[in-house]
Amino acid sequence: MTPMQILFLITGVVILFSAVMAVSARKMIHSALWFVLALLGVAVVFAMLEASFFAVVQVLIYVGAIAILIIFGVMLTRRALEDNGKHINRATITTTVIVIFVFAGLIYSLRLWVPLLATTTPLSSDHLDVGSLGLAFTDPRQFSLPFEITSVLLLAALIGAIYIAYERKDEKK
Amino acid sequence: MIPLWWYLILSAAIFCIGLFGAITRKNSIGILISIELMLNAANINLLAFWRYLYAQQGDLRGQVFVIIIFVVAASEAAVGLAMIISAYRRKQTVIANEIDSMKG
Repeated sequence: MTPMQILFLITGVVILFSAVMAVSARKMIHSALWFVLALLGVAVVFAMLEASFFAVVQVLIYVGAIAILIIFGVMLTRRALEDNGKHINRATITTTVIVIFVFAGLIYSLRLWVPLLATTTPLSSDHLDVGSLGLAFTDPRQFSLPFEITSVLLLAALIGAIYIAYERKDEKK
Repeated sequence: MIPLWWYLILSAAIFCIGLFGAITRKNSIGILISIELMLNAANINLLAFWRYLYAQQGDLRGQVFVIIIFVVAASEAAVGLAMIISAYRRKQTVIANEIDSMKG
């Protein structure tokens, strides 16, 4: 056991525990806070994969934006949360069986796959350069089209979110 | 060094937890949280594959996918919460079973 492996196991246990709490906590605000912990654990995993740029982006976008948005959503809809008894529906046992089958299927489909045991050497510093990713995104022969499509998607989501959440006066009763 | 399959099993487990939450949660915001967990599992998988199979050749495709998933997750959270708040304003509920006006 190297220190990296021990760190990975601790991070994995933290992520899995907080993910379980996030999907099963009764109060929505607790669920959102456990979700933040799971996201921070995922950021640690990204850092262990030597993708430090993505670890920072994970903290910025997920913890900084998405989690805050979800907490706002929880707070704006608070009244409906703690009333009627059960917070999960009747299908719990069936769903547990389905999920266990999905997990077993994923593990089973992996077991004979050769690159599974791949290990790797630490990356040299020129592979860790974020600038090459930025250049790849602006290079027309590489990823500039996906980049532009992604930005159009983001713009469409922005406009759509404003339009949907906008309170129209004529519909108010 | 950590072998690749540790990451794959971790991400499979997070995905399954998210799937469980997405099916069983009654609260729409809980469903949204579960979907975000599943997207995170996909991101771990993509970055692990990138790191172990492609990073040494300087291939950036895995990272590009991860950035696109970040954008998709952010737009999905924004539109999803806008819809939930809009539905809450009209029906005073965020319970997914009770938002059924589009049911045939």
